This record gives sequence, C-alpha cells and structure tokens, in this order.
Amino acid sequence: MEKFDAIVVGAGPAGLSAAYTLADNGLDVIVIERGDYPGAKNVMGGILYSEPTSQIFPDFWKEAPLERPIIEENYWLLTEGSVTKVGHRNEKFGEAPYNAFSVFRAHFDKWMGEEVKKKGGLVICETVVEDIIQKDGKVIGVSTGRTEGDIYANVVIVAEGVNSMLTQKALKMQKMNMKEDQLAVAVKEVIYLNEEKIEDRFALEKGFGATIEVIGDATKGMVGTAFIYTNKESISIGTGALMSQMIEKKISPNDLLEAFKSNPMVRPLIQGGETKEYAGHMIPEGGYNAMPKLYGNGVLVVGDSAQMVNGFHREGSNMAMISGKLAAETIVEASGKGDFSEKGLASYQSKLEESFIIKDLKKYKNASEYFDHNTELFSLYPELASDAMYNFFKVDGTPKKEMQKKMMREIFAKRSKTSLAKDMYNFWRVLV
Amino acid sequence: MHSVVCIKQVPDVTEVKIDPETNTLVRVGVPSIVNPYDMNALEEALRLKDQYGGKVTVITMGPPMAEEILNKAVGHGADEGILLSDRAFAGADTLATSYVLSTAVAKISEEEKVDLIFCGKQAIDGDTAQVGPGIAARLKMPLLTYINGVQECDPEQNKIVVKRKVKSGYEITQTQMPAVITSNRDINDVRYETMPDLIKAARFKAKVWGNKELQLDQKQLGLNGSPTMVRDIFAPEEKQGGEKIHFNPDKPEETVDMIVNKLVPSVVVPN
Ligand SMILES: Cc1cc2nc3c(=O)[nH]c(=O)nc-3n(C[C@H](O)[C@H](O)[C@H](O)COP(=O)(O)OP(=O)(O)OC[C@H]3O[C@@H](n4cnc5c(N)ncnc54)[C@H](O)[C@@H]3O)c2cc1C
Repeated sequence: MEKFDAIVVGAGPAGLSAAYTLADNGLDVIVIERGDYPGAKNVMGGILYSEPTSQIFPDFWKEAPLERPIIEENYWLLTEGSVTKVGHRNEKFGEAPYNAFSVFRAHFDKWMGEEVKKKGGLVICETVVEDIIQKDGKVIGVSTGRTEGDIYANVVIVAEGVNSMLTQKALKMQKMNMKEDQLAVAVKEVIYLNEEKIEDRFALEKGFGATIEVIGDATKGMVGTAFIYTNKESISIGTGALMSQMIEKKISPNDLLEAFKSNPMVRPLIQGGETKEYAGHMIPEGGYNAMPKLYGNGVLVVGDSAQMVNGFHREGSNMAMISGKLAAETIVEASGKGDFSEKGLASYQSKLEESFIIKDLKKYKNASEYFDHNTELFSLYPELASDAMYNFFKVDGTPKKEMQKKMMREIFAKRSKTSLAKDMYNFWRVLV
Repeated sequence: MHSVVCIKQVPDVTEVKIDPETNTLVRVGVPSIVNPYDMNALEEALRLKDQYGGKVTVITMGPPMAEEILNKAVGHGADEGILLSDRAFAGADTLATSYVLSTAVAKISEEEKVDLIFCGKQAIDGDTAQVGPGIAARLKMPLLTYINGVQECDPEQNKIVVKRKVKSGYEITQTQMPAVITSNRDINDVRYETMPDLIKAARFKAKVWGNKELQLDQKQLGLNGSPTMVRDIFAPEEKQGGEKIHFNPDKPEETVDMIVNKLVPSVVVPN
C-alpha cells in the first residue's frame, strides 16, 4: 500500500502549484488528473499573470509555452452599433518581468506538470478520483476508478476546479448544488489568423499582445463580459454571463458568442479567421460569500473549488496558483510538526486572509449578487456612454453649450438624476 | 518466459494533415502516441507473462522524448524499458532500424535469454511492416507475421502456436522459440492500467543505450545505413463507392443471380 506525504486532486494551476511547492520542499507528492494530460480539458480566456506565476515558477517566461506578452489592455462599452473605448498601453508591460501573457492552458498546464515531475512529484493522468477515503473523521486518502486504486496520504489537497463534487459530496465542506447566480457559463473560440494580420489589426509590434474586455451588447444586457485576446497565431474570443440570467433570458451561451462575433465592432478583428477550437466552462462567481470551508482534518481546498475567482478583474488562475502555494506551505509546516489535523492546518486560512486573495474576494463580495439584481451597468450604461460620446464628437452646427444640455437631457430621460446618483454610489460601494 | 517488445513513438495520424504542396506529413503540434499495433503486441506479451510468469522488456529506438512511451509500457505492466538513442541512429530506415533493434535484443539475451520478440505488424507513420521481419532475418529466428493471438505456448518445449491472418482466412502455425512475432491490431483489449503500475511507471527511469553500449558498425547506422530512397509521395486517390445492385422486389431471383454471378468469379465465394 502506497502512502504519500500529499495527494493533489486535479492538475490545474491550483493543484500543480501546490504539487510543485511540495515537491520542491522534498515532500512525496502525487497528482491525480482525469484528463489525458494536465490542461487537456482546462479552459481559460486566458490571461496569465506574471508576478503570481513567478512566485511559484521563477523566470517561467524563459521556458514556459506562452503566446504573447500583453502590452495593452482595453475596456469596451458595446452597443449594437457603437463602442466606447478606454485602454492603456505601456512599454513597461513589454519588458521582463512582464505583467501578463496570453496562454493556452493545454500547453501551459502541461508544462507545469513537467516541472512538477522534474522536482520528483508524480503526475498520474486519465484517472478520476471518485471518492475521498476518511477514517475516524480524518481524510486519509482517495479512491480512484482504477484497479487497486486506493492511495493514501497525510493530506489531500482538493484542486478539482469549479465543479467541486468532492468538496460538496464527499467532504461536505461546500453546500450541495451551487446557486445559479454563483456560477457563470462561458464559451470560447480560438480563431486562427496569421501573425501579421493579428499585429496589423491590433496595431502591435511583432510578438506583443493586447486584450479587450467587453461590457454591454456582448452579453445582451446580462451580467457578464466578453473578451478578445491575441495569441501568437490566433485570437481567443469568448462570452460569459451568470447562469441565473441565461436561464431567465433563455439565451444559450453559443448564441451569445455568435451574436458577439457578428457585432460590426468585433467582426473586422476576426474576419477571415478559421475557428479551430470551441470550449465551454463554468466560472465560480459566488466569491467570498460562497467559499467552502477551506481546511479540515487532513484536507485543504484550493483554487476554483474554493470559489477563488475575481470576476471583475478576470483573475482566477493567479488566485488558484497562490492558494496552491499557500496550501503547500501549510503542509510543509505541518509535516515539521507531524500534525495534519484541522488545527495543524488552520494556518492555511490565516495565510489566505493575509494575502490578496481573501482581501480582494471580500472587497467584491456583494458584487455578483448586486449586479444580478441591478443589471444597469451591463445594459443601460453602455448606451448612455454611446449617446454621450456620439453627441460629443458629432459636428452638426449645434453650439457646444446646447449640445451639452442635449446630452444631459438624453441621459436623464433614460435614467433619473436620483437613480444615477444611487447607481454611482452602489457601483462605488461594491467595486471600489 | 522472457519477451522483448519493440515499440515506436508515432504521430497520431488521426490528427495529422498532409501538406498539399510537398505531400509530406505536417507533424507540428500533432500529439505523439505509441504505435497502436505495438500496444496490442505488448498486451499479448503481458498475457503470456500473466500465464507463464517471467518478464517483459520493452525497447524503443528514438529521440530522448521517446522515453515517455517506455513509461507508458511500464504502466501497463512491462518490467523493464530500454531507450536506444544516439545521434548516430537518426534518419534510419527499416534496414538500419532493424540492425539497431536486433543488436539490442542480442545484448538483452546475453543477460537474460529472450524467448519471444514482439513487434507491431507495422507503424502507422510509415506502414512498411519491414522492421519485424528485418529483426528475424538478422537474428536468424523463425518469423510469424500478422498474428491474431498466441494460442498455446510451451516454455518447457520452446514451442509456440499462433493464429495468423492470411489472405483467405486464418492459419494456425507452430514454431520453435526463440521467434519473432508481429501483431495485428485490435486482437486483444489493451488493459486499463492499475494504480500500482501507474505509480511504478511515474517513477520509472529507462536505461539508455547508445552506440557506446551497442558497439555498432557506423556504416550501417542512421542515414548512412539507410538505402531507402523516397521517389515520390502522393495522396492515394479517394476510393469510389462500389457498384450498387438494384433490387427488384418482383423478381428477387434475378437479383440473387446477379449477385452470385458477381461473387463466384471473385475469391469471396469459392466455386
Ligand atoms: C472562459 C474562461 C476564461 C477565463 N479567463 C481567465 C483569464 O483570462 N485569466 C485568469 O486568471 N483566469 C481566467 N479564468 C479562470 C481560470 O480558468 C480558473 O480560475 C482556473 O483555471 C482555476 O484553476 P484550478 O486549478 O482551481 O481549476 P481547474 O483549472 O479547473 O483545474 C481543475 C482540474 O481538476 C481536474 N479534476 C476535477 N475533478 C477531478 C477528479 N474527480 N479526479 C481527477 N481530476 C479531476 C480537472 O480535469 C482539471 O484539470 C477563466 C475561466 C473561464 C472558464
């Protein structure tokens, strides 16, 4: 019977970061992944952040398979026939240590898996963890779908992603069946275009990349966003919205993406490209209020399984990786004391509280729910921005003073002054 | 029983495209797999081990990354894996490949006598089916190609009985061991790895033998030892659908006659 120091369930950024840190500290760790290889089934937009990644894999950009360093980030407020844009390009983002990269998870996760192996960690794929083995109220291992498939360890790290069946059912650390306003459904396509075309269309120097986050018509007024990211030889384009709203509006994720792709503001960017991949995935949006119990007797929960996503800033992979690292550090300390009880692992919670993860999740804790009930930001405001900008730029002989009055009149016709003030206050409260 | 199974890493041809200009395989970004025929050969060897005991050694000639297929074989239950890798081996055709493989088998046999050598019938990236026969010729061993399974094996008497696929059916053949066997595809269900075997595979480090270990004749290696010349590569014409025979419900005899007249002259229905 094999007994390891730690078992990690799931080879995503959370699980692999945990495994790498454990192996790097000389612990005997095994990762179990159901996909053919790490990343085989994983979906992300995907923008990977440099600073958190290098906390685990220093200088990763020198070897890891990355697409483009991101030097420009944009927000678009989209209506059916107009777009209002804000963005920022900075040369500093184009220099080591960089700020962010576009990546393909199928390549990047696989690379992380190889790094884990280099440190002596074991990565076993094509194997599903079906249950958690518990004895006397303590987690002691996992059972897999294979013959002689039970394996044992001092600690199990659950890094199973958003569809957290083990956390819910076997461990009862999370409520059964997450609520529909705590999950977003996202779909993504990878559209192939040659490098020069991409660089021309996004006005980029060779090899660099840009992102666009889109609010408004992209989600047909639902709470959600769309995105367009440049890869080396392709563009990742996707849309996502709260499941509750998709059900309410009876809009399928696929139709949403098709509508977004055919919006005249978006179409020229992807024209002539060939769609080679299509993927759908869920994103946890419940945030702080929906977090499960994070540690127990012989068990820790990390990444998406612990609802660690900041939807408003498109951050998930970074929280996944840092939570994995903190979980691993907790286990290294616990190994020193030989105490893997709930008490022995409690410092994982305080490590998270001290990190940006819980601080950020707390800050936005009411955001999803607020927007689910007040969808103005996603429908009305892009319209208002469009009207204002249209009047501002239009030259038709109207004196400027009159034009400004007209602009305000039109805005107040769509939303009263008090409502606007309230919205501003609320946006401020949930977002800032 | 000691079996040696020769396996090869190949691009997954179900995901390969042909470059329409050069007619060669576009291999970039295509995942690598174990040649599927070789997996059935390995499974057959493992079943003999399950039944008669002994050992299964897998060997592959290839670049350093080919080590991963040896780990895969160990995950299925192979006991030992040796990677035959050297710059001098690069560019080998079937002649040079069988030279390296047969020398490796001979070296393995010096340490622990080899009873059977298994190969896949052919590799899906070249479809030549020449390496197995090449090994048998060089080692002067009996050769059983296109087998659909081992029917009997008698390690005491050094006898083996196999079922072979031949043009008009099957043939049961017996021969003396040591022998070389090349295996058809889908003749057995490749086993689902057990957890302990997978853990063993994840920890497994293959031995690597290069020219230093094998002491080969440089002239017979790699490109130098490969007389094969590719004259032309072309995509085969797409197969047209077969002839359709119209069925007349009023005169079924007529249709039957027509079919019989077509089938009898061919080999399908003996006269
Ligand atoms: C469309 C989309 C776009 C996104 N864009 C971004 C972005 O641009 N930037 C960003 O930072 N984040 C983004 N995210 C979020 C990010 O993808 C996640 O936060 C991150 O992947 C979480 O990592 P994880 O390791 O917790 O989970 P996952 O990456 O989901 O990994 C979980 C792993 O566990 C395996 N698994 C699950 N159950 C079992 C089991 N029982 N047995 C064995 N294996 C199991 C799975 O196969 C999977 O490999 C996006 C998400 C989506 C859906």
